[in-house]
Amino acid sequence: MCLAIPVQVTELLEGDMARVTLDGVTKIVSLALVEDVHPGDYVILHVGYALNKLDPEEAAKTLALLADAGAAA
Amino acid sequence: MKYVDEYRDGKLARALAKKIALAARPDKSYRFMEFCGGHTHAIARYGLEDLLPENIRLIHGPGCPVCVLPIGRMDDAIKLAQRPGITLCTYADLMRVPGSDGMSLIKAKAAGADVRMVYSTLDALRIAQEEPQRQVVFFAIGFETTTPPTAMALIDAQKLGLKNFFAFCNHVLTPAAIQALVGSPEAAASVPIDGFVGPAHVSTVIGTKPYHAFAENYRKAVVIAGFEPLDVMQAILMLVRQINEGRHEVENEYIRAVTVDGNRKAQDFVARVFEVRDTFEWRGLGQVPFSALQLREEFAAFDAEKVFDIHTVAAKDNPACECGEILRGVKKPVDCKLFGTLCTPETPMGSCMVSSEGSCAAHWTYGRFRDSAPKQRQAS
Repeated sequence: MCLAIPVQVTELLEGDMARVTLDGVTKIVSLALVEDVHPGDYVILHVGYALNKLDPEEAAKTLALLADAGAAA
Repeated sequence: MKYVDEYRDGKLARALAKKIALAARPDKSYRFMEFCGGHTHAIARYGLEDLLPENIRLIHGPGCPVCVLPIGRMDDAIKLAQRPGITLCTYADLMRVPGSDGMSLIKAKAAGADVRMVYSTLDALRIAQEEPQRQVVFFAIGFETTTPPTAMALIDAQKLGLKNFFAFCNHVLTPAAIQALVGSPEAAASVPIDGFVGPAHVSTVIGTKPYHAFAENYRKAVVIAGFEPLDVMQAILMLVRQINEGRHEVENEYIRAVTVDGNRKAQDFVARVFEVRDTFEWRGLGQVPFSALQLREEFAAFDAEKVFDIHTVAAKDNPACECGEILRGVKKPVDCKLFGTLCTPETPMGSCMVSSEGSCAAHWTYGRFRDSAPKQRQAS
């Protein structure tokens, strides 16, 4: 039930809402639980609410760590 | 899908499997519990257990809110839905969960009750606004991930002055449940656990802090991990290293979404609306003190439990159903007589089969063919 997916914010709308996109599917969701979100940002979406912003730098770090595992193998 | 596909790369998974196999000491055994249903699902779907050496065992935990909801509360929701004038809004996960006497919300709906599946609390709020003649009750369930959206809906309902919107609150708390799993001497004796794959999205909200006391007091390794297969593999590697080095710390694999403090704004909304219950019944764990939330007095007018005078009567599971033991990690799905015979995803008897995240449903969908096939090891 705690499944949540990373979606990209494409447009900020009135009343703390935003349009988001995931592989061409768009949806209007609430940004009421997050702060400082801008178009282009990725957020974790759960039951119609963005729960958090994804940190692109930290995501890159994890990917680098995983790639390390691949290189070492 | 960005931030998803990269974490599902098969080659990298096999490389990580090799690293894990090298790190795991042959003279040791490692027992890790993944708490969340989301992890259980990822492990089953991507066949991660097949990539691990024999001496690493994954125990599937009770972190599926549908699975741990006691039958008595399901009965309450079904009875509420059957009252004239009430519209019960629910997440789809709960529609087919059997209550007492094989009744479910979907059967109640077929018999005329006004039960509506919603994607979000936003939809339930909209229904309440559009249909002021209906008493709209939102069947609120879930861990810390799902609680903030319920809190927001109640705050919005209060702002809007809605008189026909209510929440039937069944929100539960993760740290309390993890503690219940290892805290009692019986529990520690029955399911020895060396470490936990910690919750992904629960932790986006609560952060990594709430796990520290637990890791220290019970000397258990915790690695918070995302729900993608590479996240889980990396977390297992980190857990193996902690055990090897005699550490019991809280580490964070899911750094792209989880911070130390979590989402403060969401926490504040939750604290404004909810307070901790003295005790709450969990299917499989029994009464767990301070493990669930209820609406604060200021929100009493929105509390379905108070407004509709709900007094939960404890109901018994099917005596042959092993959901309780499976939820505690004591038994595996195949140890249950009902598994795959009377109990399948089409005709679920117990909650572990109803929810797609439950261990039984995961094993039925992805794992049952492995039971008869000789184990193939791809890690070597």
